[in-house]
Amino acid sequence: MSDGRLSVPVGSDDHVVGPEDARLTLVEYGDYQCPYCGQAFPIVEQLRETFSDALRFVFRNFPLADMHPHAEAAAEVAEAAGLQGKFWEMHDTLYTNQRHLEEAALLRYVTDVGADVDQVSKDLASGAPRQRVEADFEGAIRSGANGTPTFFVNGARYDGSWTYEPFAKHLQDLLDHQ
Amino acid sequence: MALDVGTPAPEFELLATPDQRVALAEFDGPVVLIFYPADWSPVCSDELSVFSAASKLFHARGAQLLGISVDGAWCHEAYKEQRNIGFPLLADFNPKGAVAQLYGVYREHDGTTERALFVIDRDKKIAWSEVSPLGVNPGADGALRAVEALS
Repeated sequence: MSDGRLSVPVGSDDHVVGPEDARLTLVEYGDYQCPYCGQAFPIVEQLRETFSDALRFVFRNFPLADMHPHAEAAAEVAEAAGLQGKFWEMHDTLYTNQRHLEEAALLRYVTDVGADVDQVSKDLASGAPRQRVEADFEGAIRSGANGTPTFFVNGARYDGSWTYEPFAKHLQDLLDHQ
Repeated sequence: MALDVGTPAPEFELLATPDQRVALAEFDGPVVLIFYPADWSPVCSDELSVFSAASKLFHARGAQLLGISVDGAWCHEAYKEQRNIGFPLLADFNPKGAVAQLYGVYREHDGTTERALFVIDRDKKIAWSEVSPLGVNPGADGALRAVEALS
């Protein structure tokens, strides 16, 4: 049976915000060009605000390139910016500008977030960001990710609605029953 | 009831495009048969997009993905193009749902099929299957593990 369990535990390589000992760990497998992920972006921000130190948030790549032609390149650029400590700045910028993810725009965002463009280009050419994105993608499939975005809460796939009210209620219920 | 593991997989030959038929017998390696209720429904679209994106993981293990629903070949063609789905979608259209009936996943009362996955091994036996609730997209993990278990 498909069990919808996170197959790759959250580790030191992950992009994480929030305390390590938070009682809730929210992992998003997302695609920068996917409009639903774009809708989820401010909702996740709101959840982080509401649950504060009780929640840590992890973002992993799940680009559905057949549907979203810029998704793979955007994910790689975010990872390359991450090598310069600018992952979250890039992540936020890409979701805020997800209608404009063509190559020239991506390079402009690199400058906007204060990362070095030449270094990003070198890192992209090395293939390391691509390998990272592919590894995330395979981890998503093996975890039973079933669309974009797919959320896992404390390791279990969340199939409910990710609009704010029901998602916040789900997280609060978990806190109340832990 | 969906056919049990170990049962011989019923042979079929269906239109994959308006002028091209695909038969189970054509495939030497494992086949993942993806029954879904209908082209264009939101859950089906996500399910097929995930399988399409995961297709290289299946191909790397020599497995072929085949989608199948009761929609006609012209409908499949428009749907595949719009969603950019990278594997054949078979039209179980005439007589309607005949292959789904052979696999035990036809929904008589509404004329569609269950959301069901079958992994068929090289000997054309059913090696693994899963029927999901209609509203739940199963993801590709179970089928991928089943294909890996064959090799």
